[in-house]
Amino acid sequence: MLKFILRRILETIPVLLCVAAMTFFMCRLAPGGPFDEDKQVTAEVRELLNKQFNLDQPLHKQFIQYITHLPTLQSFKYPNRTVGEIISQKFPVSAKLGFFAMCIALGLGVLFGVIASLRPNTYIDYIPSSLAMIGICLPTFVMGPLLMLVFSLQLGWFPATGWGGFSGDQFFASDMVLPSVTLGFFYAAYISRLTRGGMLDILTQDYIRTAKAKGASGLRVILKHSLRGGLLPVISFMGPAVAGLIAGSFVIETIFAIPGLGQDFVKSAFNRDYTLVLGVVMFYATLIILLNLIVDILQVTLNPKLKFD
Amino acid sequence: MPLLDVNDLTTYFHTRNGVVRAVDGVSFQLEKGETLGIVGESGSGKSVTCMSMLGLIPQPPGRIERGTAHFDGTDLLHCTRKELQSIRGRRVAMIFQDPMTSLNPYLRIEDQLIEPLLIHGLADKVSAKKQALAMLDAVGIQDAASRIRGYPHEFSGGMRQRVMIAMALITKPDVLIADEPTTALDVTVQAQILELIKKEQQELGTAVILITHDLGVVSGFCDRINVMYGGKIVESGPTKEIFYNPQHPYNRALQNSIPALQAKGKELYTIPGMPPDMSKPSAGCSFAPRCEHATDLCTSEPPELQDIGQAHTTACLRVQRENLKP
Repeated sequence: MLKFILRRILETIPVLLCVAAMTFFMCRLAPGGPFDEDKQVTAEVRELLNKQFNLDQPLHKQFIQYITHLPTLQSFKYPNRTVGEIISQKFPVSAKLGFFAMCIALGLGVLFGVIASLRPNTYIDYIPSSLAMIGICLPTFVMGPLLMLVFSLQLGWFPATGWGGFSGDQFFASDMVLPSVTLGFFYAAYISRLTRGGMLDILTQDYIRTAKAKGASGLRVILKHSLRGGLLPVISFMGPAVAGLIAGSFVIETIFAIPGLGQDFVKSAFNRDYTLVLGVVMFYATLIILLNLIVDILQVTLNPKLKFD
Repeated sequence: MPLLDVNDLTTYFHTRNGVVRAVDGVSFQLEKGETLGIVGESGSGKSVTCMSMLGLIPQPPGRIERGTAHFDGTDLLHCTRKELQSIRGRRVAMIFQDPMTSLNPYLRIEDQLIEPLLIHGLADKVSAKKQALAMLDAVGIQDAASRIRGYPHEFSGGMRQRVMIAMALITKPDVLIADEPTTALDVTVQAQILELIKKEQQELGTAVILITHDLGVVSGFCDRINVMYGGKIVESGPTKEIFYNPQHPYNRALQNSIPALQAKGKELYTIPGMPPDMSKPSAGCSFAPRCEHATDLCTSEPPELQDIGQAHTTACLRVQRENLKP
């Protein structure tokens, strides 16, 4: 297992290099520059700025400098802060949003998927399945404002925007509910469909009959004999799902005005904030590779037929 | 009083293409320690009969329409789910046709073996593990101490069936239902598995119901035999009677079809026609369309099992009334 993990980590180095190179050169190929939105300046000032941010160096030298000093480079937009500082300050907010959303997605998704699979093609199945279909079809930028309208403006249960009130230092606040639900609902819908399919497949297997013949109770049949195999499709979906949660959260962060990393991700691209773009991309890429590795390890642990090679 | 008394058991499957009468009024008894064979071709209702008793029929589409199955004072068909669960695996155990798919691929052999003991509270984990090891040894698994930590995919088909037998017998049940336990196995392994069941049966005093379509298997194994056709028992009696004094034309035809009993070079006897469509009930005997002795009587009047002496019952009207002899 250790060998497997080491090899996978070594494999990520060329992948990350490719991602870095593509991001860097695509940014540079795109028209415009980091100072375009500022006031018009004279040629001398522009030259000084370029010198200060090393933009006067040859491109390949800049690239090497970027990838070797990425976290300590300063942002173009916020010159007094480094890329590392911005990520370490904003990412916890996005991570928390993603974590809450994932809890909702897994909790609701698995629960409703299992319930639906126990009574297939009855109302107990149709109602969660239809809800799940709605969840999959409804984009988050429709779902978010809808929830806001109903639960904030009409019912007044939760604040419409914000994250963690004013102080932002408590673990949970009421304004975290709507964004987490909006983001989690789509994945809950998808996971419930995957769970239902996986469980239906397992529940018709011969070994479930064997378990019943042993005298196992209904609950034991589900928890001990079915869930492990039934959740395998969900586990393989978790890698892409978490990636989607992180990359997709910028829509939610924009709708609900949450100061997360997703907003910086999009804004930095528009601002041509070369250093911050590269920093955030590399950070997300590493995270996604890491999560996929965890999912692969989980799969091998859950399915004894798979081996680490 | 017999250990198991099944009376008028009737199980229908309600499908889109109509009602399939899988088991249609089956009655039989099982005594303590006895070995009963249930023989019949595919779709004759052998497996459904036994699975109905343990509530293992998928419902819906299956439904038990009528009947009782008294096991030691409890009606298995009408007791609560809790009662049934406490009987399943502890007092009535079952092994299945396909050992390749009947073990849970995600759990260790050990966890599956000790499960019946834990579910029924017969042992704590430590002593259950000890019993599981002893049982695995008893069913002839080499190097049981290390194999017990393995997963089903590391075992061959014959070995898995041995594990299934160990799992079924670990609680020392009163009845073991073996649903075609050797069908999916190699011929050489078949004999070993049957011998193993026989050995364990003699040691534990378990009664065995052996479901099979292989007449050769039942002949040397069972005390009594039920022959099933079209969801009904058409002939029943002690093994000797069934083989040396077959009465029902179906039973006779079955025995004529055994390859070993034919002269070499002679064309193998086959029963003409196809098994009946169980969704279309027949007014008379369901074997009549394929029977060479069938008359108008057979297609119009439903036959009943009738004693013809020597504890031998048959459901052929012509045998009962006209003393038909082949």
